[in-house]
Amino acid sequence: MKIKFKSNTFLIAVSAVILGLVAGAILMASIGSNPFEGFYYLFRGGLMNVERIGNTIATAITLMLVGLSVAFAFKTGLFNIGAAGQMLVGGLCATLVAHYVFLPRPLYLIVIIAAALLGGGLWGVIPGLLKAKFNVHEVVATIMMNWIAYWSIYYFVPAYLKGPSLETESKSIAISQSLRSPWLTEIFGGGYINLGIFVAILAIILIKFILDKTTLGFELKAVGSNRFCAEYAGVKVNRNVIISMMIAGGLAGLAGMTYYTGYSRNIQIGVMPSMGFDGIAVALLGASSPIGVFFSALFFGMLQSGKGFMNAMTEVPPEIADTIIATIIYFTATSVLFKKFWDSVGKRIRTKRKDRADKAVAQEGKDNG
Amino acid sequence: MSHVIEMLNIRKEFPGIVANDDITLQVEQGEIHAILGENGAGKSTLMSILFGLYHADKGIIKVRGKEVHISSPNDASDLGIGMVHQHFQLVQNFTVTENIILGREGSFVLDRKSAASKIKALSEQYGLKIDPNSKIEDITVGMQQRVEILKMLYRDAEILIFDEPTAVLTPQEIDELMQIMRNLIKEGKSIILITHKLNEIKAVADRCTVIRRGKMIGVVEVAGTSQAKMAAMMVGRPVSFKVDKKPAKPGKPVLELKDVNVMNIKKVLGVKNFSLQVREHEIVGIAGVDGNGQSELVEAISGLRPVASGTISINGNDITHISIRARNEAGLGHIPEDRQKRGLVMTAPLSANMVIKEYYRPPFSKYGILNEDLINKHAQDICDAFDVRSGEGIESLAGKLSGGNQQKAIVGREMALEPDLIIAVQPTRGLDVGAIEYIHKRLVEHRDKGHAVLLVSFELDEIFNLSDRIAVMNSGELIDVVETSATDEEKVGLMMAGVKSKEVTA
Repeated sequence: MKIKFKSNTFLIAVSAVILGLVAGAILMASIGSNPFEGFYYLFRGGLMNVERIGNTIATAITLMLVGLSVAFAFKTGLFNIGAAGQMLVGGLCATLVAHYVFLPRPLYLIVIIAAALLGGGLWGVIPGLLKAKFNVHEVVATIMMNWIAYWSIYYFVPAYLKGPSLETESKSIAISQSLRSPWLTEIFGGGYINLGIFVAILAIILIKFILDKTTLGFELKAVGSNRFCAEYAGVKVNRNVIISMMIAGGLAGLAGMTYYTGYSRNIQIGVMPSMGFDGIAVALLGASSPIGVFFSALFFGMLQSGKGFMNAMTEVPPEIADTIIATIIYFTATSVLFKKFWDSVGKRIRTKRKDRADKAVAQEGKDNG
Repeated sequence: MSHVIEMLNIRKEFPGIVANDDITLQVEQGEIHAILGENGAGKSTLMSILFGLYHADKGIIKVRGKEVHISSPNDASDLGIGMVHQHFQLVQNFTVTENIILGREGSFVLDRKSAASKIKALSEQYGLKIDPNSKIEDITVGMQQRVEILKMLYRDAEILIFDEPTAVLTPQEIDELMQIMRNLIKEGKSIILITHKLNEIKAVADRCTVIRRGKMIGVVEVAGTSQAKMAAMMVGRPVSFKVDKKPAKPGKPVLELKDVNVMNIKKVLGVKNFSLQVREHEIVGIAGVDGNGQSELVEAISGLRPVASGTISINGNDITHISIRARNEAGLGHIPEDRQKRGLVMTAPLSANMVIKEYYRPPFSKYGILNEDLINKHAQDICDAFDVRSGEGIESLAGKLSGGNQQKAIVGREMALEPDLIIAVQPTRGLDVGAIEYIHKRLVEHRDKGHAVLLVSFELDEIFNLSDRIAVMNSGELIDVVETSATDEEKVGLMMAGVKSKEVTA
């Protein structure tokens, strides 16, 4: 069924963001910096010119896809904490395509997307199978898969994709084989912006469609909301767990593609992509809805890309931006408090209105007996 | 007689609803005072106010003649008011003693021994038969409830509130609870009993305050008032307890069970060599004490639990090993025992819940795309036909509906499938008389359309009221199948205890 965008989920998200920013301001003030100046440069760093905006979007692309992956799994009642590993494997598959597959551009893009989907999907479906067949909790399994991906890449990249000078990263992809696109780069005056933005937007629309309009989405949500009822109604619960993890993994694989063949052009070894975990925050702030994920990813993208500029222009360390993100997550996670707050505000307004109409109501009550 | 509790002109509003409108409750010292009302009438709200969980918008509370302000359960506890909640608040792997002293441990060093001996003394004084050293997870639900009662007594409660105490109990445990209540009164306590079960009020209560839709309807002396009178006060119209039905005209068998064996959760046989037929135009009731294999049997028929051996068929088609969905398509409807766990997705709107068995096929979807308009129309039709009331119509989340309306929605959904066989498990559990009457009528209607109904209930009244034949189950075995007209509650009761009917008649 249609998921309605309730005004209070929106209010909760905005409240969490504002409180996160206030907490950031207090922190800045406590280390002797001017918070207004800090925020000025933080936002300016993310938005001051088209190139900066392009970089904000480029960061947001990956966050959108990871956020979507986590949010999608949430809908089926699963916690995909393995987006980082799925990103790595999806990114590696995309990188291999970028190095070895030469095709006309449209066909090439389809192949690289398929490779990333497959890689990430494989990394997602394994925990899904383990959960369905052996009831292994997906949190444990996906964390393990993260480390399997991490160490596999640690050995695979130096062995097969060794760069000419550096030992810690793969050789660079040719710009023409990356997701960067001359016309996009031109519009945004350089920067990291890439075709991934269209992949992300298409994925958001597609996932929203699946969740709202299809029998598959209906089943996934039914399993996520009450697996006992779904089972009783004849839905194959285990099959849905596997499908959900596969799709979530595929989305994270796409995120890896946008990150390793779009934003950057190589894979570093010995680095777990932190965006794999930031995606959890994106999904939480976006209330697990695809549209919510879109906006929360843009917001986090701005903080990520603005923090360097803030650090350069002021004494405020870039970690403040991370602290703000962390605080926002905290406030989103405790959203029950905001819900209560807004409910009580609503109630107070209603009571005031009611008091005024009290006599009329009493009279009516008498009339009706 | 002095009033131990007085709640005068209590009013409590929630957004959009007046839960308590000028309600007055006066409880005398040493009586069992029942509060009778349908689900959602405002009983629980009133008690939550007395217990300090809610604060009344208007009205005063007096305890032993003194006006008091109760703003938390601790205040209530200090005034000697204790509440036995419907859902027990016990730590499973703690002992009885540990649970009772939890929150009242006293000094830093735990003195379990003296606490245990005090608990033992209390248990004996009130006839509770509780071993203070057994763990909660090892004792029955009925005993757990008695631990809750002991908890109150340990805290020197003088006024005990029982919130729907029999909902989780077997018939025998209910009898025992009634006896315990009488013992409590003998020892000078006062009891407020919240319930919508009239026979329980008849059995133990002295007086009864009836509430309907947030308003007080009246206070009656139980001894001088008939059940029908109280039911009419509660519902607002006369209620019939007997279901009007013509004799069955059984046709060919719909459900056939042959030597069915089913393992239970402990991996031992929960259902043993069970054979039974349910025919067209017939209601067969399965009578038995809770836990005698009924759940396993139902789960085996509906496909939620594998069958160890034997065959199950519907209309002659073997369904023993086919998927749940295939069974649904073969003509099986199922009103599940636990409506909140199995029956509905509480966090989804009614519209989705009404098609949860049919969403995947035309007309509700085509090529995997849902047809929202038709789904909404279908849901609306069910809600209209089965009088499902909810705040926001089919958009309401299932969890926001009252228990009665949730059950009507499930019954409506299953009946809309026009199944050849409907399995109704405890279809009226926890419902008020109005809803019970309604659901019974619908089940008989389903039979009269020529379908088969398999009814599983722990309430003998319900079994006798609805069934054309009664199958009695004990320890997973079918004791006997008898015509309802040829037996009585006493004979069935004996069979429920495992005595074969030949021995009964002999």
